[in-house]
Amino acid sequence: MHPAPSIILFTTLSGLGFGLLTFLGLGMPGSTGFTAFVFFTIAYLLAVGGLLFSTFHLGHPERALKAFSQWRSSWLSREGICAVAALVVMAIYGIGRVFFAQHWGLIGGIGAILSLLTVFTTSMIYAQLKTVPRWHMPLTSPLFMALSITGGALLAGQVQFVIPLLILSAIIQVAYWVMGDSRLAESGSTMESATGLGHIGKVKAFEPPHTGTNYLMREFIHVVGRKHAMKLRAIALVLGFALPLIFLLLPFGHIFALFAVFCHVAGILTSRWLFFAQAEHVVGLYYGKR
Amino acid sequence: MTTLPTSTQKKLGLVIDLDTCVGCHACVVSCKGWNTENYGAPLSDQNPYGGDPSGTFLNRVHSFEVQPDEGAAQLIHFPKSCLHCEDAPCVTVCPTGASYKRVEDGIVLVNEQDCIGCGLCAWACPYGAREMDASEKVMKKCTLCVDRIYNENLPEEDRQPACVRTCPSGARHFGDLADETSDVSILVAERGGFDLMPEQGTKPVNKYLPPRPKDTMEEFDILAPYLEPVAKDAGGFLGWLDKALDKLPGNSAGGAN
Repeated sequence: MHPAPSIILFTTLSGLGFGLLTFLGLGMPGSTGFTAFVFFTIAYLLAVGGLLFSTFHLGHPERALKAFSQWRSSWLSREGICAVAALVVMAIYGIGRVFFAQHWGLIGGIGAILSLLTVFTTSMIYAQLKTVPRWHMPLTSPLFMALSITGGALLAGQVQFVIPLLILSAIIQVAYWVMGDSRLAESGSTMESATGLGHIGKVKAFEPPHTGTNYLMREFIHVVGRKHAMKLRAIALVLGFALPLIFLLLPFGHIFALFAVFCHVAGILTSRWLFFAQAEHVVGLYYGKR
Repeated sequence: MTTLPTSTQKKLGLVIDLDTCVGCHACVVSCKGWNTENYGAPLSDQNPYGGDPSGTFLNRVHSFEVQPDEGAAQLIHFPKSCLHCEDAPCVTVCPTGASYKRVEDGIVLVNEQDCIGCGLCAWACPYGAREMDASEKVMKKCTLCVDRIYNENLPEEDRQPACVRTCPSGARHFGDLADETSDVSILVAERGGFDLMPEQGTKPVNKYLPPRPKDTMEEFDILAPYLEPVAKDAGGFLGWLDKALDKLPGNSAGGAN
């Protein structure tokens, strides 16, 4: 799949933002006044900023409101609704924390659940697609949720949670890669099933439909990143999980916490880039590019 | 609503004969010609006369080489457009309700006024049947020429999809695949029509007919007795000429020297 920067930034940043909102909703940290204002501002900048990035890849962003209508069938529509609901509920909760020094536990709890649901709906947009076997598997949602919660805990300064969460997410991340590598073969989609010509013999793409490229090839057949995939996986693991862990195990200092956050975000961006760049869409079979 | 109808009254679709398709791309041209100036946004081209041309097509013809275990490879031309699936994944993923499957005839269409151009439906389609128009920024797909097949302003023989009407080798057939007595259903039953990527669970309406088995030529040569090679001991004028030419310097048997 084409790794569109707008979608990589959106899923990474809003995942972090909603992860932070989850912890804030649960009262971790339970700060009030200006400190709470800073935390909520960071969370909203990430979550809303991410959502704004996501509109950059729309052909007609002016019609985006229509995307709230099809929650009965569409995960993308459900994501939009969950995101708005989470942001509205958490705004009410945040007002209590910032201006009235109140911890409205019920509202915060609902906001936390909605924030997590938003990340889940995002993950399901990818996990539902049978056409991309590497995404259509049980670990896609746990991966998105784990990364979001880990990033949230890191931003919320919940060090006691961050260390086990970093280890857990790293394990899910590696498992996702290992399982993902065999998903296309397991899906049963081959050039033979795509063309129905396997009973005659081995099928080979002889000529593409046109001499030039097209939307399908640009969108679905990204092969550039594959060459360095293993190196990038190592980089993502070191930046995303190993370095933050080391920084947090050092004697506590805000500067180390900041390093940990930046390393983690850079690692997750790398992992998210690979999530798209390595994903094989079955339409590539018609072009002999799998 | 982008939930799918549980059943449709008709299942209009195409039957494509891989045995007779000659790969001329006439269906590609007629499809683009009709659909760029009728239903919905035009099908734009980018840099059409430049070094890197590309454009929106609702129907494309691939060519595959299939190598049997024994014998020569076969070249099979493979037209591909929307298969109007019964369980169309492109419809249910649409967040706006722009994509829908018609209850009356099963045609999958896009309401372009509602399309936000998110591209998710194209991601959900295993066949590459949907293409985002780079100029109009809305999703384009085969409409089964919905503006031809019911169009009473056209002569009756033209009330079928442009690709079917134009195919010079009769490789494309249009009809109702829900009706077991229709010509297309009989064709599918007789020729063993099949689904593309059945493992994707999309239940495509369009069917493909497999190439017929190639016959093999037995070793026989009824003309052989009359086609004996040059006589060994030729007499007469030809015999004299043969000997005379042999005596000239140079090598007659081996071509140029």
